[in-house]
Amino acid sequence: MRSWIERQRNIIDFTLCSLLRRKGKNVLLMLVYTLVVFVLASVMFFTHAIRKEASMVLKEAPEMVVQRLVAGRHELIPLSYIDEIKQIRGVSFVKGRLWGYYYDPVTGANYTLIVAADDQLSPGRITVGQGVSRARLVVEGDTMEFRAHDGAIIELEIGKTISSESELISSDLILISDDDFRRLFGTPRSCATDIVVGVRNPKEIPTVALKIAQLLPDTRQILRDEISRTYDAVFNWRGGIMILIFSGALLAFIIFAWDKASGLGPEERREIGILKAIGWETSDVILMKLWEGMIVSLSSFSLAVILAYLHVFFFSARVFAPVLKGWAVLYPEFKLVPFVDASQVVALFFLSVVPYTVATIIPAWRAATVDPDSIMR
Amino acid sequence: MIELVNVRKVFNMRRPNEFVAIHGLSLLIHSHQVTVIKGPSGSGKTTLLSLIGCMSRPTSGRIMLSDREITSLPERFLTEIRRKTFGFIFQHFNLIKGMTALENVMLPAYPLGERQASLKTRARELFNLFGIAEKAESKVEWLSGGEAQRVTMIRALMNNPAVIIADEPTAHLDTKLSREFMEIVRGLKEERKTVIIASHDPLVYESDLVDRTVNFRDGSIEEEA
Amino acid sequence: MRKSSLFLIYIAINIIFFFLIFAHASYRRNADMQLVAKNMEMARKLELTDLCLFTEASYIRHLSQADVHTPFQDYPMSVEHFPSGSLLGPPPTIKKINAKLD
Repeated sequence: MRSWIERQRNIIDFTLCSLLRRKGKNVLLMLVYTLVVFVLASVMFFTHAIRKEASMVLKEAPEMVVQRLVAGRHELIPLSYIDEIKQIRGVSFVKGRLWGYYYDPVTGANYTLIVAADDQLSPGRITVGQGVSRARLVVEGDTMEFRAHDGAIIELEIGKTISSESELISSDLILISDDDFRRLFGTPRSCATDIVVGVRNPKEIPTVALKIAQLLPDTRQILRDEISRTYDAVFNWRGGIMILIFSGALLAFIIFAWDKASGLGPEERREIGILKAIGWETSDVILMKLWEGMIVSLSSFSLAVILAYLHVFFFSARVFAPVLKGWAVLYPEFKLVPFVDASQVVALFFLSVVPYTVATIIPAWRAATVDPDSIMR
Repeated sequence: MIELVNVRKVFNMRRPNEFVAIHGLSLLIHSHQVTVIKGPSGSGKTTLLSLIGCMSRPTSGRIMLSDREITSLPERFLTEIRRKTFGFIFQHFNLIKGMTALENVMLPAYPLGERQASLKTRARELFNLFGIAEKAESKVEWLSGGEAQRVTMIRALMNNPAVIIADEPTAHLDTKLSREFMEIVRGLKEERKTVIIASHDPLVYESDLVDRTVNFRDGSIEEEA
Repeated sequence: MRKSSLFLIYIAINIIFFFLIFAHASYRRNADMQLVAKNMEMARKLELTDLCLFTEASYIRHLSQADVHTPFQDYPMSVEHFPSGSLLGPPPTIKKINAKLD
């Protein structure tokens, strides 16, 4: 056992010496390799964590949302519909939801306003999410001005800010009282934005939905199951930008492997000849080439994955911020819970380290099997 | 004792550039002696040396090492015999650039899993013996011809082989260094090693150390002296 | 120090970091479960249906509430929002709408 370890160490010594002789090229190679794996791993960690959290949090979404469509547009729904829905068997509760968007010309940001049944919200007071707080530089006690539907200016005091731990769902929210909402947007008291329906038996949900569709043909029903599955496809690898990222990475790896697999230069060939002449066996040379591949790919891979983890879970994936932000003014601070899928990391390992190592060994095979006396000529 | 029986070596067989390097040669090399294979360049001395030193196999014929046939051994066994029995000094030194003299000398033993510490001790002893102890940590491309020659000799001697094979050892050396080389050979002879030298340098084959000269020309032995 | 020792130390450090990462991840998962539970409670109380990822347009902010018509609320010639449009696939509800029409 001891001599096996020493054998590996000796060969690693020689391989490192050999790699250091072409220092510039190999350093650049490792840098690019690390960068590529870093981006891939960051994307993997980021998207998996978001999807996992979405699937968990959205399990608490309303069981059914009933939306009214007029000429293809989402319109206000009359509260009278509630009575009709209540009649359906299996329905446990029916309630109107009041929510909408407010465009803030000062910052260019869009806020989502929600009427919440919260005892903290007396008329004149609002609760804002962290994103709003950052965009308008407001904290508890400050006031914000809103322009109502009739042109009047309404001042609302910020009673509370939503904790930053829930930014993923609440960053752009403004919680407002019913009266203030209707005053702001002019929504008549007989209407709501949409209606949420609770169903006692989860298995009955599709049946109830069908009944509502028949009863109220100008509505569409959105089920909780669909809501929680919405984010399963987010950041899907088949989506536009993701394909760019993955193709780029794939191309980079192909170039690495090509560079290695396209054969050895005369200098390398001579070195292998010398090794064989001084007593190295073919298997020793192959082992050396194996270590050459592994030293580069293992070093880069491990560093890249560690950096990616730190990047996504300690620094909120800041490198992606410019890309993800797009035109939006308001951007949440992603304090993601580290849901990590180990199988993804393993897959990344097999997609990067293994092909590169193989590409290093294969062209050397031929050179390694030469007769040692060829070096004498 | 090394015996070659009817050894023939053909390169590029059955191809238009087929070339017979060694023609049906039989030769007996005695142990503990200094044998010189004398002949002009292109006569096939290098090929003969590589056959003797188990670096290549003959196309036909047999090679015996201490009455044991080695021609048909698989590569693994052949390599082990070569490592244990032979020390090679190449014509063109064949040192690996970018590594120090010490590293080059230890290189043959790397795959064997011996501890570097003990390798280093042995190597430094030899460096001292050859008078170039201060050059051990220098990169080989900075060594002079004579120093590089001595490094290759140290490399050949690291495993304490029974047979030393040298291919045109004085080719890149001046007279003074060539004489120094022959002194080193004297030391090896005193240690009862078998030394086989291929050379067309009179300084080598006319030396009083030489026990036997084999005249070699165009792949065959002409006469012996 | 031998080069191979440096390399092996480097790899050993990385392996240690890997273990630290997994330890950190599982520790944080447990610790943050409370947070996730709080968020779930908030989602339930406020009747939320979507994550706040992109705020450029209604159908991007509330992806699960969008249907095939919603993007046209901007205007027929409106350009696709970038990059959110290429990062968010259509929600499962859309397929259901078309199924009904058939």
